[in-house]
Amino acid sequence: MAAASFTTAKFLAPVAARSGGDRAPPLPAIGAASARPRRGAQKTRLRTALAVSSDVLAGNKVVQAAAGHLAVTREEALELYEDMVLGRVFEDMCAQMYYRGKMFGFVHLYNGQEAVSTGFIKLLNQADCVVSTYRDHVHALSKGVPARSVMAELFGKATGCCRGQGGSMHMFSAPHNLLGGFAFIGEGIPVATGAAFAAKYRHEVLKQSSPKGLDVTLAFFGDGTCNNGQFFECLNMAQLWKLPIVFVVENNLWAIGVSHLRATSDPEIWKKGPAFGMPGVHVDGMGVLKVREVAKEAIGRARRDEGPTLVECETYRFRGHSLADPDELRRPDEKSHYAASDPITALKNYIIEKNLATESELKSIEKKIEDVVEEAVEFADASPHPPRSQLLENVFADPKGFGIGPDGKYRCEDPKFTQGTAQV
Amino acid sequence: MLGAARRQLGSGPMLGQVLQRLRPAAATNAARGYSAAAKEMTVRDALNSALDEEMSADPSVFLMGEEVGEYQGAYKITKGLLDKYGPDRVLDTPITEAGFTGIGVGAAYQGLRPVVEFMTFNFSMQAIDHIINSAAKSNYMSAGQISVPIVFRGPNGAAAGVGAQHSQCYAAWYAHVPGLKVLTPYSAEDARGLLKAAIRDPDPVIFLENELLYGESFPVSAEVLDSSFCLPIGKAKIEREGKDVTITAFSKMVGYALQAAEILSKEGISAEVINLRSIRPLDRAAINASVRKTNRLVTVEEGFPQHGVGAEICMSVVEECFEYLDAPVERIAGADVPMPYAANIERMAVPQVDDIVRAAKRACYRAVPMAATA
Repeated sequence: MAAASFTTAKFLAPVAARSGGDRAPPLPAIGAASARPRRGAQKTRLRTALAVSSDVLAGNKVVQAAAGHLAVTREEALELYEDMVLGRVFEDMCAQMYYRGKMFGFVHLYNGQEAVSTGFIKLLNQADCVVSTYRDHVHALSKGVPARSVMAELFGKATGCCRGQGGSMHMFSAPHNLLGGFAFIGEGIPVATGAAFAAKYRHEVLKQSSPKGLDVTLAFFGDGTCNNGQFFECLNMAQLWKLPIVFVVENNLWAIGVSHLRATSDPEIWKKGPAFGMPGVHVDGMGVLKVREVAKEAIGRARRDEGPTLVECETYRFRGHSLADPDELRRPDEKSHYAASDPITALKNYIIEKNLATESELKSIEKKIEDVVEEAVEFADASPHPPRSQLLENVFADPKGFGIGPDGKYRCEDPKFTQGTAQV
Repeated sequence: MLGAARRQLGSGPMLGQVLQRLRPAAATNAARGYSAAAKEMTVRDALNSALDEEMSADPSVFLMGEEVGEYQGAYKITKGLLDKYGPDRVLDTPITEAGFTGIGVGAAYQGLRPVVEFMTFNFSMQAIDHIINSAAKSNYMSAGQISVPIVFRGPNGAAAGVGAQHSQCYAAWYAHVPGLKVLTPYSAEDARGLLKAAIRDPDPVIFLENELLYGESFPVSAEVLDSSFCLPIGKAKIEREGKDVTITAFSKMVGYALQAAEILSKEGISAEVINLRSIRPLDRAAINASVRKTNRLVTVEEGFPQHGVGAEICMSVVEECFEYLDAPVERIAGADVPMPYAANIERMAVPQVDDIVRAAKRACYRAVPMAATA
């Protein structure tokens, strides 16, 4: 097992090539001018901890030579570009629709983090699972849920992927193995671990093996979650039972208004993996190709039954925590620093530089996506609201759970069953 | 069944004589319900056999919990299952209720059928977010796409001398939540039939057992012992028919209610005892039909009184057959305090048989003292 060969020295030694050229200049000290107390050592560590990697990836030459040759074909690059543009345009449209009153409640947008969703999810098969948080629109889109289904769900219409019963924070799609959409911090992690457990159980106990290997589960969550008990409980159990899961930390440095550095004793999240015996990797989450390389290795490990991996993606959300967040606590220079590393612009520049496609081809992809999102809005607008009778549906898979009526028959069989709640 | 009661009831001579007389009577009562009650089975064996048969019939059923494997179960309910089915299907978990409950839910999302054991339901509070937010609500939030065929089982309610943090009854808590089914078996037949139904059910089921009932033996018919035996979820059982007052109870309190009914019958009051079996969905039809017959109701539960199961039953009766009531509904519940440790006040904090008898007499307008004089 790789665990035995991990040493502190390997972890703290940065992989030089990856912190090199194609990244923007070093981050200005976060909150340096603010009055909030911080430990000096942490400031330095976060600045230089750009590309430390576990033993597992040290031998992967493709990863180390990041500025050089990255294995991506024209088709792959265009697929990645299209997926990220879809995520961005969709989320921008959500903001517009929210301010027009078509969308309501809590809406958490993903702008800026597209590289993580695209970099990981585009490597998955249909049978692989994704478990997300309340910031789940783009995970749903990357996994293949049609934009119109997600938009209709956000509008609360009966044609939404959950018939309007879930909403922004609870995206589920069984055909795409999108297992939610959870509002509670950390709630999705054990559920994802359970899905990975099921994949392994199907393989070992039910003997339903696939030549491709084990079905992999990805759990997406943020930096704030990494201080939560369930996170550690699942790191332990996933490694203990060697489950095919990748824990993907979308470290966007902020948990609503609390900076990661104010909440965490040791802010380097990737280090928490080796504490439980699994590889911990840090990657620049603003670069989709870098994310993809790390994802390939982590997903490959899980598929080959080599166990879980913890991947920390340093990324940034361009908008506030939610559409209700005034976002006053983040400094403008921090925001502009990350805006300069917009993952979509970066990929666009890369594609053009490497002559994988022309500017006009990329523009036509953007136009196509805009049409898709416009159509999704029209579809959602035109869709009906859920009928009254839908209120009492889907509480149970087995509707007999509503019990037995006075006539001795199951209540759900009564034609008047959905006409009001007093009878239930 | 009577051994536990005797421990709780104290040692008044009158009660002692009553108990002597009760023993053969109770056995006859129990036997009356079955055609060929030759075999007896403890609740523990009933649960073990139900788990064994369901695991054998469906390979996607697996067990997880603390000490369920090598220790043979903290209360020996899962005895022998590790040897029979192996560590892939009987998982000893670390002490991480939130984590392993969520893992069970995630596995259920993907079509497996976990049976998660809580060493007692008090520990389920560490995992209650998963029980409610990721298990109970998921079929609804996903509009039927993701169903959660999971069973959460374990001992619930007061034991003997285990203190405040190990004695709470969670029936009312879980029965409050749409999306859960809550079952409370009493006898060995209930334990077998309801656990098998719970495991086969496609929805999350909270299966509230009782530690003090594990060692009790009940007669079981050949039908109950059959591996396809299953009881319907949502149907109560009339344990004893009567015409003067209805007594509803669940779990251990059914035994107490039956004893109370016996005492009442000596005084000319014919009590109908309903074993609820299912708290959610509640068999309102059976309760209301019984109240229409007897016109008087006493609800019995072990848990805290406020917002409890009895309150819901009372409201159901008011909604459906208020005109039939000849007396206010009597509610017997545990004391509204955390469970004390000292044996004498612990006895006072849990309903006793004479509390039920007094309440039934009050409902029948007999002159009785209001409080216990023990």
